[in-house]
Amino acid sequence: MDLTSRSTGTGVLVNDFTGHSLFSEDKVIALAGNPNVGKSTVFNSLTGLNQHTGNWPGKTVSNAQGKYKHKDKNFIMVDIPGTYSLMANSCEEEIARDFICFGAPAATVVVADATCLERNLNLVLQTLEITHRAVVCVNLIDEAARKKISIDFDKLSILLGVPVIPTNARSCKGLEKLMDAVYDVANGDIPAAPVQITYDPVIEESIAMLQPIICKLAAGKINNRWAALKLLDGDAAMLALLDKHLGFNLMDNLELRELLLLAKEHLAENGIKADCLRDKIVSSIVTAAEEITKETVTCTNMQYNSTDRRLDSILISRVFGIPIMLCLLAVIFWLTIAGANVPSGLLSDLFSLIEGKLTSFFIWAGAPQWLHGIVILGIYRTLAWVISVMLPPMAIFFPLFTLLEDLGYLPRVAFNLDNFFKKACAHGKQALTMCMGFGCNAAGVIGCRIIDSPRERLIAILTNVFVPCNGRFPTLIAIGTIFIGGTAGGAFNSIASTLALTAIVLLGILMTLLVSKLISKTILKGLPSSFTLELPPYRKPQVGRIIIRSILDRTLFVLGRAVLIAAPAGLVIWILANITVGDMSLLTHAANFLDPFARLLGLDGYILMAFVLGLPANEIVIPILIMSYMASGSLMELDQLSDLRQLLVAQGWTWLTGICVMLFSLMHFPCGTTLWTIKKETQSLGWTLAAFAIPTAAGILVCFVVASTARLLGLV
Amino acid sequence: MDNNFIQLNYLPVGKKGRVKMLTSQGAIRRRMLDLGLIADTEVVALQKSPLGDPVAYHIRGAVIALRSEESSKILVEIT
Repeated sequence: MDLTSRSTGTGVLVNDFTGHSLFSEDKVIALAGNPNVGKSTVFNSLTGLNQHTGNWPGKTVSNAQGKYKHKDKNFIMVDIPGTYSLMANSCEEEIARDFICFGAPAATVVVADATCLERNLNLVLQTLEITHRAVVCVNLIDEAARKKISIDFDKLSILLGVPVIPTNARSCKGLEKLMDAVYDVANGDIPAAPVQITYDPVIEESIAMLQPIICKLAAGKINNRWAALKLLDGDAAMLALLDKHLGFNLMDNLELRELLLLAKEHLAENGIKADCLRDKIVSSIVTAAEEITKETVTCTNMQYNSTDRRLDSILISRVFGIPIMLCLLAVIFWLTIAGANVPSGLLSDLFSLIEGKLTSFFIWAGAPQWLHGIVILGIYRTLAWVISVMLPPMAIFFPLFTLLEDLGYLPRVAFNLDNFFKKACAHGKQALTMCMGFGCNAAGVIGCRIIDSPRERLIAILTNVFVPCNGRFPTLIAIGTIFIGGTAGGAFNSIASTLALTAIVLLGILMTLLVSKLISKTILKGLPSSFTLELPPYRKPQVGRIIIRSILDRTLFVLGRAVLIAAPAGLVIWILANITVGDMSLLTHAANFLDPFARLLGLDGYILMAFVLGLPANEIVIPILIMSYMASGSLMELDQLSDLRQLLVAQGWTWLTGICVMLFSLMHFPCGTTLWTIKKETQSLGWTLAAFAIPTAAGILVCFVVASTARLLGLV
Repeated sequence: MDNNFIQLNYLPVGKKGRVKMLTSQGAIRRRMLDLGLIADTEVVALQKSPLGDPVAYHIRGAVIALRSEESSKILVEIT
C-alpha cells in the first residue's frame, strides 16, 4: 500500500469479478504473491497505463486491474492483494483465495521472491492446491544473484509441476517469457500436473472418502481434493461460498453429509480435532516448501544477508535507531524547505506575468469589472497560489519519501517505534500510515488498510490528521520562518525554521500517541491484536523510476485534487470578501463574530475564519488570511516572506499568534477530502464526526492553554 | 512441560532456537503458522528494537518482528 493514485484514486471498477470478463475473448489472469516481492512492478510493467483502480466489491481493500495484449490475445490482469497465505485469516487473504478459486481466472501468476523462496513457496503451494492453471514467476533474480543465491529453475518447475519463469521485473527481464507461459497456460496448451502435497495418512484417508462424491456433484467446477479438505475443515463461510459457486447446496446431498460425518469421525478417532487439522495441513505445506527449497536453492555464501544485518545493526539499533530516524526526517524537511524557495518564487513570478496578460485581455475584450474580479482575482489567484506554494515542496518531498520506501526503510520505522504504539494500544504500522499522512492525510487514511485488526485500524484513521500533511506544511513553514526563524537572523534562519518544523512534527506524533491511548481506553476498549511485521531486505532504489512515478502518481495527483478544490473555493471566498452588508463584507462580519472566541485561543477572528473557509483544502488558509487582511477583496501577491511578515505584524500578530496558528494548523478538523475518505473507509457517519471533533477539541484545548499561560506569565 | 523449553521472548539476541510448541490459539496461532513457525523450525533472535520490544527474528529466510505478547506464546529449545 502506498501513496499513489492507485491507492487513492476514485476510479470505479467493473465490480462483478466473480463472473467472466466483459469480452469473452479476453483472458482473465490473477496476479498473486507475497507483499514486497515486486508484484506491482510486474503488474505495472505488463499493463503500463492501461489500469483501472477501485475497491473489491463491498470491501475496503483496493484492487487494480489492467490490460495487455500478447500475440493474438487480450489479457486482463487482476492484481489480487499481496498475502502470505490463502487460509483466509484476513480480509485480504479471503479476497485472494476467493478470486483464485471462484473468479475463474484463465491462469494465476504467483510472484515469488528469489531471495526468500522458501517462505514464498508457501503461497505457491497453497495456490496450486486450488488451481492447476498457474505460472510461478520468480522475481528479483538479480538481487538473488548479488546475494549469491542460485536457483535451479528447471528442477523447480518439475517439482512444482507448473511453468516457472525467472524474472527481474524492474529491468523487464524475463517478462516476455512470462507472457508466453501465461499465454500457454491460459490456452490450456501446457498439460499441468501440479505437485500434490501429501498430508498425514489419516487426513489422506478422509480426503479419499469424500473425493469421489464431490467429483460427481461438482462436475469439474472445483478442485475436488481442495474442496474435500475445506469440508473437513468445516469452515461455514467457505461452505456457503462453495454452494454459491456451484449453484446448489452441497449439504443437501444426503450421501455427502453421511460421508463427511464418517470422515470427521475417522479424524477424531485418530486424535485429529479441528484446530489440530489446521496445524497439520499448514505444517505439511511448510514442510513441502522446505523440501523443495532444499532441492532447488543453493547458496554459496551462507552470510548472504550480512549486508542487511550490518545495516540493521545501525539503522534499527538501540543507540542509533531513533536518532538516525529523526535526522533523516529533519534532513528531508530541510531539503524540502530550502529547495522549494527558489522554484516557488519563479513559479509565482510566472503566474503574475500571466495574470498581467490575462488582465490586459479582459480589458481589451471589455469584460465587466465583476467578471475580472471573479475569474482573475478570485479563481486564478487562488489557483496560482496553490500551485506555486504546493508544487515545489511536493516535487521534492514525494521523491524523497518514495526513495525511503524503495530502500525498504519504512518498515524499519515501524520497528523502531512500535513500542510507543504498543504503549498507546495501537499498531506499529500506524507509524507508516502517519508517514503517508505527511504527504496527504486522505492517503494516510486509506493507507490504514495495511493494519489488519479493525480496532487498531480505526485508531490510526481517527488520529491520522495529527501529522501535518503537505497542504499544511507551507503554512507551517511560512509562519515558522517568519516568527521563529526570523528571530534567529542570518544564516541560522533556515536552521531555526527547520527546528521549529521538526518540533511541531514531533508534537503531532506525541499527540497521535496520546490521543490513540485515550481513544483505546475510552471509546475503543479492547485488547491489542496480534502483531507481526516483516522487515524486507534492503534494496537498491531505482532513482529514475522513483522520480517518474512519484511525480506522476503522487505529485500530480495530489496537486490535481488541490486545484479542483481550490478553484471553486477561490470563487466562494472572493464573493464572501466582496459582497458587503452594511459597511462590511460578509467575511468581516463572520470574522468579527468569531473574534472573541478566537482571541481566547491566541488567534483572531480572521484566522479562525480562514481555517473554517479552508475546509476544502488546507493549502488555502494563508491565501484567505492575506485576502481578508488586505481588505482588498482579492488575493494579493506577496513575493517575499518579509512582505507577509509586515502585513501580519501590522494586524497585531506576535510570536504567540504565530505559535498558536502553527498549533491550530497542526490540530484541527481534517480537510473535506480526508473527511470524505474517512466516511468511505469507516462506513460510519459517527466515526467521521469523531474524526472531525477529536483533533478540533485537542487544538482548541492546546491553543487555549498555551495562549493563557503566555498571557498569565506576561510574556506577550 | 520440558524444562529445556523457553519462551521465545527469552531467547537471547544472537542465539538460535528450535520451535517446539505454540501455546496460542485461534487467529494468533494461525498467523504464527503462516510465518512457517511449525515444529522444529529454526529461529534466530536477530536484534531488539530501540525500546527493547519488538524483537526481530530470522524465520525461514525472512526477518519478522514479533512483540513479546506473541513470542511468549512460542516455546523453543535453545540449540
